[in-house]
Amino acid sequence: MTNKKNAKAYWKENIKYVLILMTIWFLVSYGAGILFKDALDTIKIGGFKLGFWFAQQGAMYVFVILIFVYVRLMNKLDKKYGYDV
Amino acid sequence: MMFSLFLTEGLGIQKWTYILVGLTFALYIGIAIWSRAGSTKEFYVAGGGVSPLANGMATAADWMSAASFISMAGIISFAGYDGAVYLMGWTGGYVLLALLLAPYLRKFGKFTVPDFIGDRYYSNTARSVGVFCALIVSFTYVAGQMRGVGLVFSRFLEVDINTGVIIGMIIVLFYAVLGGMKGITYTQVAQYCVLIFAFMVPAIFISIQMTGNPIPQLGFGSTLADGSETYLLDKLDGLSTDLGFTAYTKGSKSTIDVFAITLALMVGTAGLPHVIVRFFTVKRVKDARKSAGIALLLIVILYTAAPAVAVFARTNMIETVSNQPYANVPEWFKKWETTGLITFTDKNGDGRIQYLADTTKNELVVDNDIMVLANPEIAQLPDWVIALVAAGALAAALSTAAGLLLVISASVSHDLIKKMINPNISEKGELIAARLSAVAAVCVAGYFGINPPGFVAATVALAFGLAAASFFPAIILGIFYKKMNKEGAIAGMVVGITAMLLYMIKYRLGWFDDVTPNKSEWWFGISPEGFGTVAMVLNFIVSVIVMQFTPAPPEDVQEIVENIRIPSGAGDATH
Repeated sequence: MTNKKNAKAYWKENIKYVLILMTIWFLVSYGAGILFKDALDTIKIGGFKLGFWFAQQGAMYVFVILIFVYVRLMNKLDKKYGYDV
Repeated sequence: MMFSLFLTEGLGIQKWTYILVGLTFALYIGIAIWSRAGSTKEFYVAGGGVSPLANGMATAADWMSAASFISMAGIISFAGYDGAVYLMGWTGGYVLLALLLAPYLRKFGKFTVPDFIGDRYYSNTARSVGVFCALIVSFTYVAGQMRGVGLVFSRFLEVDINTGVIIGMIIVLFYAVLGGMKGITYTQVAQYCVLIFAFMVPAIFISIQMTGNPIPQLGFGSTLADGSETYLLDKLDGLSTDLGFTAYTKGSKSTIDVFAITLALMVGTAGLPHVIVRFFTVKRVKDARKSAGIALLLIVILYTAAPAVAVFARTNMIETVSNQPYANVPEWFKKWETTGLITFTDKNGDGRIQYLADTTKNELVVDNDIMVLANPEIAQLPDWVIALVAAGALAAALSTAAGLLLVISASVSHDLIKKMINPNISEKGELIAARLSAVAAVCVAGYFGINPPGFVAATVALAFGLAAASFFPAIILGIFYKKMNKEGAIAGMVVGITAMLLYMIKYRLGWFDDVTPNKSEWWFGISPEGFGTVAMVLNFIVSVIVMQFTPAPPEDVQEIVENIRIPSGAGDATH
């Protein structure tokens, strides 16, 4: 039974991480790169309009970071719940 | 003087191409001989002990096809901002893979995607639907790869396009049949190195040439190197609007369509069997997560450089040809004209090239694919760089083709023969069946490469829609929704893939009407490429509704689901 409880708590924390990271995933791509692109385009960084930059560069960098953050978080979580064997 | 210069240059490219392509092919064959598969486990999942780094590299090569290497930058350079659908769509799917699919499928520990569908939904009907979807998706995709191989051979080695396809078939056959997943994995590692080097070298050269910045990702946001203090993107926006096109950074697709296409490509990427199966080859669940991250990092190197290449190429092309006398065009222009990928018709008879958005006055048609292949020539880079592009394009096409062929052969030998037709088949028999189905699959792919059915080009992009509409919801629900049962999943997959196929046939292929219906008739203004998103949502809804009225899955299946949510104790992949 404790085993099951342990698994449930682990799963809950995992889902929390996934939801937070997926929200960021959505915001940088669909948000900054598509829905709010025109508004962000009024801001310029170097030669890039910001919305255009998110759509063709920024979102992809954030994607990579998101996965590595998830890897780190989950490795810690595995340890915490004793699933790292 | 001019003549002899061209002559030596021509010879140089040709020789360099033979040398580089020959060397890389010898390398792939060498690896294949070294990594022969001795068991079905080695054949399907490379023995299950691939390191996260090697798997990341192999996944990146597996994923980046002829379309990524040859076509993508070209498409972006004509689509401008709209090209972002491919950039975000084909990378964002890896976040879904890493967070929602790969760790659990690895824990599940089977050989193929239909394997998961069949076992999780305790039904051979579900397994058959899975096999059907895997075959449709993989075949549409692989035909495009063989065509890409033929194209590169015919242009760079000046052999007949069909001979090119056959040479490509023999090479793939050699290492896919001999080595299975094991051979494919290690050749893909080599192919990643070749293709990324081949893509980045010209990109860096051109970036320095145009902006003085050696990093293409920064270069296309920099000022021009000519001392004018103008930003490159501003200049290109100006050039585009002057010729009547929309500004490069603006784009012309509707927001809802951009949204739908991006989502369909992301979800489709996460649902492609040849990508998913790569995560079965690592040892532990944490390795699956990590290798997804490494794969995306390696992919993003190319994907963030591609929009820069697109901008360089577009600016260069407009400046080189627009309003120039046809008699003075550079040599590359004539060379590509003979392949039919550039056409010039002097409509107003002034002997100059008018390149305009207005189709009635426009005199120049340039195929997307040239932008990467001819870019080094347009920028007058050294011969070896031009030859390198040929070797890189072949690496990209061959690595993807091999990955797809493995999915096809595993679907036939493992899911159809071993799991459904003849469960008593011996290990040795299954291995022979796997090799024979790989041979058959190569032949079918080659046939489609030589005689491409008209719909291939249209359907490659749609393969993602099909994957999004079928596999993705079934796998996600299988992991995150314990109560999902076979009736729900099967109904969802059937409805999803049928809706996608029908929409595609009606609005892209136009088989239902005399003329393909026009944009204005699209549902919600969503193109067939973006319809995968709608079909996926349909799949989810149908699955959940049907589930309410049918019996819950058996206790032991629910236990399997609980078990795959825990990372520890991921045994080796088994039957």
